[in-house]
Amino acid sequence: MAIHWAHAGSSFLATFVASFLASLVECVEALTVVLAVGSVRGWSGALSGASTAIALLLAMVVVLGRTLTHLPLHALQFFVGVLLLLFGLRWLRKAVLRAAGQIPLHDEQAVFTRSKASLQRPDDRRRWDRIAFAGAFQITMLEGIEIVFIVVAVSAGGPGLLPAAGLGALAALVLVILLGLALHRPLAAVPENTLKFAVGVLLSAFGTFWTGEGAGLYWPGADWSLAGLVAGYFMVALVSVALCRKRPLSSAMESH
Amino acid sequence: MRWLKTVCKEVYGLFVDDGGFASAILAWVALVKLVLPRIPLLRAWQGVVLFVGLVAILLASAVRFSRRNTIDRHP
Repeated sequence: MAIHWAHAGSSFLATFVASFLASLVECVEALTVVLAVGSVRGWSGALSGASTAIALLLAMVVVLGRTLTHLPLHALQFFVGVLLLLFGLRWLRKAVLRAAGQIPLHDEQAVFTRSKASLQRPDDRRRWDRIAFAGAFQITMLEGIEIVFIVVAVSAGGPGLLPAAGLGALAALVLVILLGLALHRPLAAVPENTLKFAVGVLLSAFGTFWTGEGAGLYWPGADWSLAGLVAGYFMVALVSVALCRKRPLSSAMESH
Repeated sequence: MRWLKTVCKEVYGLFVDDGGFASAILAWVALVKLVLPRIPLLRAWQGVVLFVGLVAILLASAVRFSRRNTIDRHP
């Protein structure tokens, strides 16, 4: 009897740890993007996007339960991945053009004046940022779907392991939320336009990865290729800025 | 029905601001998804091929915009 309980306990712990670690990776990936989007576009939109995605995922788990394993995971990843890719590349293109001086840089003073004016209109206080909502919602949904599948897969090892796997994922989520609370203040010190550039790079990298994953493409190094994609997009964005940089008036006049 | 039109326009605007840019991305993704799995030689390079095409589209679109912008300002 004692051996049976010890075995059950170790299975519970192993399932908890496996689910916690695997979910932590996904949660950190989502946190990176949600933090960046929130710092750039505002926290109400980003947080409502992330929490809507979490609520939707929880509802999916409650309603569908184990039948979730029959959902076409790759089709879901591909669909949301392509949306994230369109969203991210659009953002990065704008950031490149802004950094190159082709479209105006974000004018902090103008934004302050606009915000002040809008705060004086009661109706505008309730407005939220749809871009922040969409960015945070998509990345939380993508990583969240992965976590749901991790929980279902890890708990398949035996009857009664679902609570252990669920608790592991929940512990990872709580840890990452605490991490986010600690990190969001230092992020506010980063210049806004630099942050926007970084968000464009991150969204494009994640969008590319998930589109490829959903399309069933091979990524060298699996999840580690995300780091390569971030570095790759960063380099290409820097080259693009150099190529698009507004030439001085004299050289522009000479060439036309 | 006007509200539905506004919602659709808002959602569309989230993902597309330059139609040509968005179409090129979708076309490349479709091409990669349909063609690459049929070429076993490129299996190890599938993700890289997707990435290279996307950055080429980004680069081309940004450079084209900046050239057009310069010409518009200094005709």
